Amino acid sequence: MPQPEFRLSDEQLERNFADIAPPLTTDAALLEANQCLFCHDAPCTIACPTHIDVPAFIKKIATGNLRGSARVILEVNPFGHSCARACPVEVLCEGACVLNDRDEQPIKIALLQRHATDYVLEHKVKLFKAGKPTGKRVAIVGAGPAGLSCARNLRIMGHAVTVFESRSQPGGLNTYGIAEYKLKADVALAEVQDILDLGVELKTGVTIESIDQLLTQYDAVFVGVGLGNTKKLGIPGEDLPGVLDAITFIEHLKTHPYRETDVGRHVVVIGAGNTAIDAVTQAKRLGAAAATIVYRRSEADMPCYHYEYELAKRDGCGFRFQAAPQRIISNGSGGVSGLEVRTDGGSETIPCDMVIVAIGQGPREALKIPEHPKVFVGGDCANGGAEIVNAAADGVAAAKRIHEMLTGGDANG
Amino acid sequence: MADLRTNFTGVESPNPFWLASGPPTNTYGQVAKAFDQGWGGAVWKTIGEPIINVFSRYGSVDLGQNRMMGFNNIELISDRPIAENLKEIAEVKRNYPKHAVIASLMVESKQKAWHEMVKQTEDTGADGIELNFGCPHGMSERGMGSAVGQVPDYTCQIVEWVKEVATIPVIVKLTPNVTDITYIARAAVKGGADALSLINTINSIVGVDLTTFEPQPSVAGKSSHGGYCGPAVKPIALHLVSAVAGDPSVKIPISGIGGIASWRDAAEFIALGAGSLQVCTAVMHYGFRIVEDLIDGLSNWMDERGHRSLADIRGRALPRVAKWEDLDLNYHLLAHIDQEKCIKCELCWTACEDGAHQAIRRLPRDNGGPVVEIIDEACVGCNLCAAVCPVQDCITMQKVPNDYPAVSWKEYAAGKGKLAPRSEQFHTATWSPSTKH
Repeated sequence: MPQPEFRLSDEQLERNFADIAPPLTTDAALLEANQCLFCHDAPCTIACPTHIDVPAFIKKIATGNLRGSARVILEVNPFGHSCARACPVEVLCEGACVLNDRDEQPIKIALLQRHATDYVLEHKVKLFKAGKPTGKRVAIVGAGPAGLSCARNLRIMGHAVTVFESRSQPGGLNTYGIAEYKLKADVALAEVQDILDLGVELKTGVTIESIDQLLTQYDAVFVGVGLGNTKKLGIPGEDLPGVLDAITFIEHLKTHPYRETDVGRHVVVIGAGNTAIDAVTQAKRLGAAAATIVYRRSEADMPCYHYEYELAKRDGCGFRFQAAPQRIISNGSGGVSGLEVRTDGGSETIPCDMVIVAIGQGPREALKIPEHPKVFVGGDCANGGAEIVNAAADGVAAAKRIHEMLTGGDANG
Repeated sequence: MADLRTNFTGVESPNPFWLASGPPTNTYGQVAKAFDQGWGGAVWKTIGEPIINVFSRYGSVDLGQNRMMGFNNIELISDRPIAENLKEIAEVKRNYPKHAVIASLMVESKQKAWHEMVKQTEDTGADGIELNFGCPHGMSERGMGSAVGQVPDYTCQIVEWVKEVATIPVIVKLTPNVTDITYIARAAVKGGADALSLINTINSIVGVDLTTFEPQPSVAGKSSHGGYCGPAVKPIALHLVSAVAGDPSVKIPISGIGGIASWRDAAEFIALGAGSLQVCTAVMHYGFRIVEDLIDGLSNWMDERGHRSLADIRGRALPRVAKWEDLDLNYHLLAHIDQEKCIKCELCWTACEDGAHQAIRRLPRDNGGPVVEIIDEACVGCNLCAAVCPVQDCITMQKVPNDYPAVSWKEYAAGKGKLAPRSEQFHTATWSPSTKH
């Protein structure tokens, strides 16, 4: 495909999508780890949906016990690697750090977690092993963080696990949907491989259409299929070339060399959630001259995290509040030329050559999930769309319940 | 501006800060540079028959990211010829006449050898002599250093030999590697010492390499115990200085040594009776430049507190060093938590619960209020919670008044005086952690 003249160089693109939070050096990690107060009943641990014992893993970094540190993290959160990079720690562990109350910066928990988990990934340390076979078989639908968390713990407990994934690669949104500057697909896949190595059978390119059918072959089923397509705007021009949804845009970026993802010169992103922020910042980083969030409500109403908003502003993205999209205007030659919005001052057209829709995803309606004692559900399809850490927590909790059901005993068996 | 001029057993210096005998005082160049930067005096690296050192000489004990909280060495005395050292001492004294220049000496334990060494040293114009009876490694295996300083009779004997010929002040440097340092101090006094300096380094092994199992610092796979120093040893040095300074049979000036790194450390040594101060490890860590804040900080503190000269503060803490049996049993304290300052780390709770007296109650985190509170009837005022609290002045120890006159254990055991009432919950069998939260 011929590249428009304004495209950035490959070197510039590499820089734009480099880790937004680069890893700590060993010295920096030790310095940071030694600042941790080692709170009792620590608020950071309480704030984490998987309740990682944060002070414990940080103290282990301070003593040079990185293997032990990673074990503390990964034992309760199989996606500790990706959470270290993509968790909204500002509103979770780091936001709860008691140092905030001493008017200081919180401990850099995410970067310390990355320090420990990178160590075991880089050194190929195997922390977990499959349990003694129980003869029980569990089907898992969806190879995202929820399904694979469930799979890992079921394997540790000795159950046979088959994971069905409709895409070609496992990892779910970790592989396809996290902003590139936070988590790259190769890291996500390496993390997944560690779980698969426990003897999880993975069937990719398989779309499950009936849970009932699985129930005839498996002792239990876990469904972690995530969300469906981006919702429709319901306005004229929505189907024009040059209009795409945020999930598709980000997925293309994450699965191709950067220069192969098309980006407009003037990009408008409709919506103001965290996905909208991911879309607008990445459009800007791809080289859009202007990338603007258009949102029908006010600044205060934006559903995205405050620090995500700050990030987009730092990236030079624009924001139009109280501007309700009415119509996407064709340029007459197979593209778009503007977005008509209604504002307090009347109708207005925002010129643009690309529109990215990020107003949230709907449920996967094609798959019916039956109410059944052997069917368990978790992750985005159960909670309506949350973080990796919530999906991981769901998967871990489901594995415990499935094990209890299969063995009739407690989860320590 | 406070007057920091120092007269230590007749040796004058512009301030009390001397470099201790060690690697920083090995050459003319180092000592001259140090004097230019503000040091008041220097005790030359110990002179004697030149030795041969090993490579790898120092070991460090780090605390978190703080390097060299403790430090040790297996270096011996000067490896330079005696004549060269003496020539440079003379040169320093000639060029810096107002600074204290002390020669540290160590020779074999023979009267003639000491006489000869002392005479040669006096020819340099040095202000004083320090006898190294403290070095705990290497030289002690050859019957010198701490091998002398650990035996009162040897100490006394050699001081006598030195005093037979010395006309300048003689300072005896004491080793802490003894059961009771005051015995050695008295022996030095008996031998005629003009002053004492303490402490020399403490016998130590700083660590073991867990890959090779080599003790540190390693010399071709083996190590030897070395002399421990640095900030970690300050409390030991303060105690020993106070023990010697408080001994009524000593009564000669003391030069304080041991982990001094800041003016605060210096002020504490002076308050416990030191007449001058010697610094080595802090200089090895940060260089001669630290003397600027030693002087500036001490001087500002003295000005703020209205102390005009070092004599105003010297020994001020000494009368407050008491025997345990003389402490007041009716002085009661209670920990107090300033809930406004509390950051809810619960370190006080876990310390008190597991490590002390189970006198802090934990409240649910989700109730929005305090998460810890002192159980007054169980608190023994031990200070542990205040010690672990990471917030300045959040936990304070407050006096609980009572109407009972002070009573010491000595008095109480002799049937005199009455104990103020104490909670029955202090360490009673019925007061277990599980009953309280």
